[in-house]
Amino acid sequence: MQSLQKLTSRFVPLRIENVDTDQIIPARFLKATTKIGFGKNLFRDWRYENDDETKPKADFVLNQPQYGGEILVAAKNFGCGSSREHAAWSIQDYGFKVVVSSFFADIFKNNALNNGVLPVTVSDAFLQEIFAVGADDTLTVDLEAQTITINTTGSSEKFEINSYKKTCLLNGYDDIDYLLNMKAEIEAFEQSKK
Amino acid sequence: MGKTLFEKIWDQHVVKQIEGGPSVVYIDKHFIHEVTSPQAFSGIEKRGAKLFRPQQVVATADHNVPTLHQELPIKDALSKFQVDTLIDNCKKHGVELYGLGHQYQGIVHVIGPELGITQPGMTIVCGDSHTSTHGAFGSIAFGIGTSEVEMVFASQCIMQTKPKVMRINIDGALKNGVVSKDIILYIIAQISASGATGYFVEYAGSAIRALSMEARMTICNMSIEMGARGGMIAPDQTTFDYIKGRLFAPKGADWDAKLAVWKQLYTDADATFDLEINIKAEDIDPMITYGTNPGMGLSVRGTLPTTESFKDATEKQNYEKALQYMGLKAGQSLLGMPVQHVFIGSCTNSRIEDFRLVASIIKGKQKDPSIKTLVVPGSQEVAKQIKAEGLDKIFADAGVEIRQAGCSACLGMNEDKIPAGEYCVSTSNRNFEGRQGAGARTLLASPLTAAAALLTGKITDIRDIL
Ligand code: SF4
Repeated sequence: MQSLQKLTSRFVPLRIENVDTDQIIPARFLKATTKIGFGKNLFRDWRYENDDETKPKADFVLNQPQYGGEILVAAKNFGCGSSREHAAWSIQDYGFKVVVSSFFADIFKNNALNNGVLPVTVSDAFLQEIFAVGADDTLTVDLEAQTITINTTGSSEKFEINSYKKTCLLNGYDDIDYLLNMKAEIEAFEQSKK
Repeated sequence: MGKTLFEKIWDQHVVKQIEGGPSVVYIDKHFIHEVTSPQAFSGIEKRGAKLFRPQQVVATADHNVPTLHQELPIKDALSKFQVDTLIDNCKKHGVELYGLGHQYQGIVHVIGPELGITQPGMTIVCGDSHTSTHGAFGSIAFGIGTSEVEMVFASQCIMQTKPKVMRINIDGALKNGVVSKDIILYIIAQISASGATGYFVEYAGSAIRALSMEARMTICNMSIEMGARGGMIAPDQTTFDYIKGRLFAPKGADWDAKLAVWKQLYTDADATFDLEINIKAEDIDPMITYGTNPGMGLSVRGTLPTTESFKDATEKQNYEKALQYMGLKAGQSLLGMPVQHVFIGSCTNSRIEDFRLVASIIKGKQKDPSIKTLVVPGSQEVAKQIKAEGLDKIFADAGVEIRQAGCSACLGMNEDKIPAGEYCVSTSNRNFEGRQGAGARTLLASPLTAAAALLTGKITDIRDIL
């Protein structure tokens, strides 16, 4: 897993609530048996007319050239619905390293963290502040300090992340490395339940 | 102080609590399927690790399989490759597979309970969000992502932050024509599609106690649709009677020992919840959804909210977006609206009881000629039972074909899809944009309401037929 420390980038504003994982990556793209290449189908049905890559929908943010960067900012309850990790893979494969929202669905949050994508939960008010700034403005996400800052206005907010997950992300470790080192303890636990 | 049902099971499974982090939780049963497992198998191989407890893993093929001619090779090359990959992986890693053609094959959340694999007090995971279904037996069951599937492969454990606990009490008697699907659609409409995020839900109360296991599974199944980590119901005599005698149920002295343990699985009288919600069963009507998330539901006799009722600008915009997708108008009623498709199936409502319910309505009648149907049992066992009870005759006489087991039109991944712009009354669990196929318009409802639409070609209050 890639590590993530501090990121300053422009952002893509997705002003839609309850974005479910069926929208992030429709089921017909789940037939792959590897983790690569999902980025081109991210938000597929919102991005293209009749599933046709030559017909991008002009009103969808990913198709608007003024927006870009490695941070996706979405309205509340992002990532609800299916547990498909393909949603996190497609966001990462597209090039996003951070997703900001005022509310994340549980499974998506875990899936993102397990793939080195940082979900940053901000207050509703701060989310509106981000949506209010222009397409050229940047955000800085500092994982060590647990802060997110709107660089043009200087407005900043602290975000929560548990210290274990933070260490993993800062160093690029994952949970499986940790668990593989716990084999003896797990076996002892099994014995104690027999 | 006493413990909740959730805490009793959770505490028994915590191997370790990481400082400032999640708990390491031991998993008793791990279900897998073709879609969310291949990357986990290859991940494990890349690490040079082996499956830690392959005997605790059970596999089936359900999401990406056809529901006609399962005896023939799968036509879609990618789907075939995915299903074949599961077969190879299970063979290589020593996992029991109930794949296509196997007598126990079916939707993962249907076969676990019917084979007696799902039992009270267990921790159960699967790379599928509707794993919450198994909570109906008084187990902690929840959906996980593929990295977590790999985690459980590697260690039979999972990292989880302990969720908060919520109890939803449903007391009283259900009205005529109202079934468990209506209860859960009603709850989600009340608390919204994100109203239980961060919580594990226990359903309790006299209306829940009165339900069969099949009906309880329907309720727990949709817990995820309000954002909950999972849902559960304390086991009781109904639960024990359901499990007894099933293929993998404990037998003899083992049964007696297990039963004694299971009888301790309830929330203590002095335990407290982070949140409690009370619902009167008699307030619930047959329900139907009108929007693009399962929280957008109403009584089949109700009217859609007006746009003015949304104070928040983003919420209003989202409501209008949903209406546009669904081709509906604010303030309208759905009653009498023509629909083109009826889907009876999915892990929410494809058990034998669901087919009995539908059969009881359509017996001796004809389906409306304009309706196209997808009627799909949840498993080979359900299909067998349908035949044994002669229900297949009732469906055939009504002009309805019964297909073979699988997820079918629940998710728009396999061949069964609803065409763009057309309406489908569906007994499944999600009405997201494109869920049943690009542009498909899904109206979630109970098997009874689906049966009513089947006969009339329109959205109908089942009570007008009963
Ligand atoms: S029936 Fe639908 S919800 Fe259930 S496991 Fe299959 S795809 Fe998922």
